[in-house]
Amino acid sequence: MQTPTTHPAISPFLGRFTLESLPLHEPIVVATFVAVAIGGAALLAALTYFKLWGYLWKEWFTTVDHKRIGIMYMILGIIMLLRGFSDAIMMRLQQAWAFGGSEGYLNAHHYDQVFTAHGVIMIFFVAMPIVTGLMNYVVPLQIGARDVSFPFLNNFSFWMTAGGAVTVMMSLFVGEFAQTGWLAMPPLSGIGFSPGVGVDYYIWSLQIAGVGTLLSGVNLIATIVKLRAPGMTMMKMPIFCWTALCTNILIVAAFPVLTAVLALLSLDRYVDTAFFTNTLGGNPMMYVNLIWIWGHPEVYILILPMFGVFSEVTSTFSGKRLFGYTSMVYATLVITVLAYLVWLHHFFTMGSGASVNSFFGITTMIISIPTGAKIFNWLFTMYRGRVRFELPMMWTIAFMITFTLGGMTGVLLAVPPADFVLHNSLFLVAHFHNVIIGGVLFGAFAAINYWWPKAFGFKLDVWWGKLSFWLWVSGFYFAFMPLYVLGLMGVTRRLRTFDDPSYQIWFIIAGFGAFLIALGIAAMLIQFFVSIRNRKALRDVTGDPWHGRTLEWATSSPPPDYNFAFTPVVHDGDAWADMKTRGYKRPLNGYKDIHMPSNTGAGVILGALSVAFGVGMIWYVWWLAALSFVGIIGVAIVHTFNYKRDYYIPAAEVTRQEEAHTASLAGVTA
Amino acid sequence: MSADTHPDAHGHVGDGHGHDDEEAHGSRKGYAIGFLLSVVLTAIPFWLVMARPLATQATALLIMAFAAVQMVVHMIFFLHMNRRAEGGWSIMALLFTVVIVLIALSGSLWVMYHMNANMMPMQDMSRME
Repeated sequence: MQTPTTHPAISPFLGRFTLESLPLHEPIVVATFVAVAIGGAALLAALTYFKLWGYLWKEWFTTVDHKRIGIMYMILGIIMLLRGFSDAIMMRLQQAWAFGGSEGYLNAHHYDQVFTAHGVIMIFFVAMPIVTGLMNYVVPLQIGARDVSFPFLNNFSFWMTAGGAVTVMMSLFVGEFAQTGWLAMPPLSGIGFSPGVGVDYYIWSLQIAGVGTLLSGVNLIATIVKLRAPGMTMMKMPIFCWTALCTNILIVAAFPVLTAVLALLSLDRYVDTAFFTNTLGGNPMMYVNLIWIWGHPEVYILILPMFGVFSEVTSTFSGKRLFGYTSMVYATLVITVLAYLVWLHHFFTMGSGASVNSFFGITTMIISIPTGAKIFNWLFTMYRGRVRFELPMMWTIAFMITFTLGGMTGVLLAVPPADFVLHNSLFLVAHFHNVIIGGVLFGAFAAINYWWPKAFGFKLDVWWGKLSFWLWVSGFYFAFMPLYVLGLMGVTRRLRTFDDPSYQIWFIIAGFGAFLIALGIAAMLIQFFVSIRNRKALRDVTGDPWHGRTLEWATSSPPPDYNFAFTPVVHDGDAWADMKTRGYKRPLNGYKDIHMPSNTGAGVILGALSVAFGVGMIWYVWWLAALSFVGIIGVAIVHTFNYKRDYYIPAAEVTRQEEAHTASLAGVTA
Repeated sequence: MSADTHPDAHGHVGDGHGHDDEEAHGSRKGYAIGFLLSVVLTAIPFWLVMARPLATQATALLIMAFAAVQMVVHMIFFLHMNRRAEGGWSIMALLFTVVIVLIALSGSLWVMYHMNANMMPMQDMSRME
């Protein structure tokens, strides 16, 4: 077995980095790099030319405002979606092309990195930032709080997540990424079979981002438990906050397992331990077991907040209270616990006996019951409601149809004998894209269309939104239904070339679907651009453009830094709908100074040092790793001596902002 | 990353303490009792290992039992857990944690036992090299 210490060239200064580490022999990567370099240089030049650096630093990078941090998470998620999607379309093209002896256009080394990066990026750096961003933005507003419990921790969490994303992106141009699949299963990911930097990029990007995820989980739990407006008992809390609470509980309980299992893998790779090796008593199957103990709750971490989004959207656009609020809460709690009882269904075929497989097959089928109950709750909410088919509602309908389909193939895969036939096939790939795109991404798009007016004060353009909707939804069906067929024909996942020509037509259809999705993404970006350009015409002056039912719609759009001039008092679930029916009047005077947390640059610095630490570890540049580790500890200690942590927004300023809102409200009613 | 400024619903900034919960902070006496119990609960297992008055299996089981009691002592005297702390959230969090840890540990043991019984023995494979 090859150990790191016997690696041929480790310079004390640059570690194992040499000029050969740069993928100059891969024309596709070089072309991408040139494009990125030109684009990046243009962006930096524009920021400098328009003198935006100070603004970005003062107002955004160092902010501790949960709203701005939430928006930054969303931007990170959308940027990474573009990267993850380029990987997807490269795979689609390769698989549609490489038939009849053709090698396609991606060599094996590159193709294996592409499918690994696609999975890692889409889960950890697209879905997770979007979910965290939504919870960050919406939860404090919905519970009538000024901010999250620990505003600086929130900023720090964001920069750790962003640091992980930077590390992944770096692997594209410096060195290589893992070629192991998105969960880096040993022994393939061990040092013997993966001696390069790819798996180390994988490990350290996830470890850095994992710190952010875990801490933001702690932060949001504390926020929901501690900072609810007076009168808001748990059972009067908006359903999105319930799902956010359960998701964060799952994060706090599950992510340490991932951290630990990756730490053990690192020990195997760096100091020659034998936890997951084939030799010396190690057991790779333990890695599979442990990583899925994290991995299955992760699925619910992603989907639960989206269930919350769909609940809010369905209730708002049906003009009704959510049907079965209590059952929705209990269904969410049941899913939270059951999420820990199903992990083995990811490896039915690894060799457990019939009793183990039956147990986990049955628990997996049971978990579809609370999920099904939710679908019926949404349908009954729409029943006899005055449903308005605005964009968020359209995404919700698309979700209900698509997700139910994906859920059914999931129950099918939960039958162990069926799984023995279908495991590792494109049927499985189609299934999890069906639930993740149909659930998480459609939920994200519903949420973006729903809360954009709250975040920016103007609605999104409907025409481009609808175009994007139809392209995405039809593109999804074109791209993934063929994969179900191919899976049933026996095609396994992660293949680069094919012999049987009868598969090709299905791959071409799937490729066409990916092309439609590309147009859908483009239409969505144009939608953002057009809406920002037409923001005057699309302006929402009421703060409540959809006739919303929860507290975030009680304040102006965008909300002031302090969210609410007076902490709202809650008497009923759907607090804002209740306030409106009772003829609530905004208090127009008596404003007081508002105590707020100050911005700080410590989060950015800690995030940057963590990236440096990661790079040092990945490339065996020990001095860099040691130096930046000491730096992290040092900056953290120095930050504790920063006593300039808070300030007051003077009552005069609160009065000015609230009167502006009063005036714009009067402009509507007049 | 110490405690942070946080304006709460009372417009009050603290270091994470000092507002209206009935969270116990423990007394000098409580900490002393906790410390003594911890020392005793650590010393006995040490003695069991050093002096070997019992069979190996019994020693191992006894040490694990002492570890479990030690954890409870820490939770009561140092983490100030009881049914009322934080409005019942502490005990709920504890129960949830216990359930999850039990699921993960017993599940892993069950699963890995099955793998071990059904799959090709790894040790023999390594000897084949």
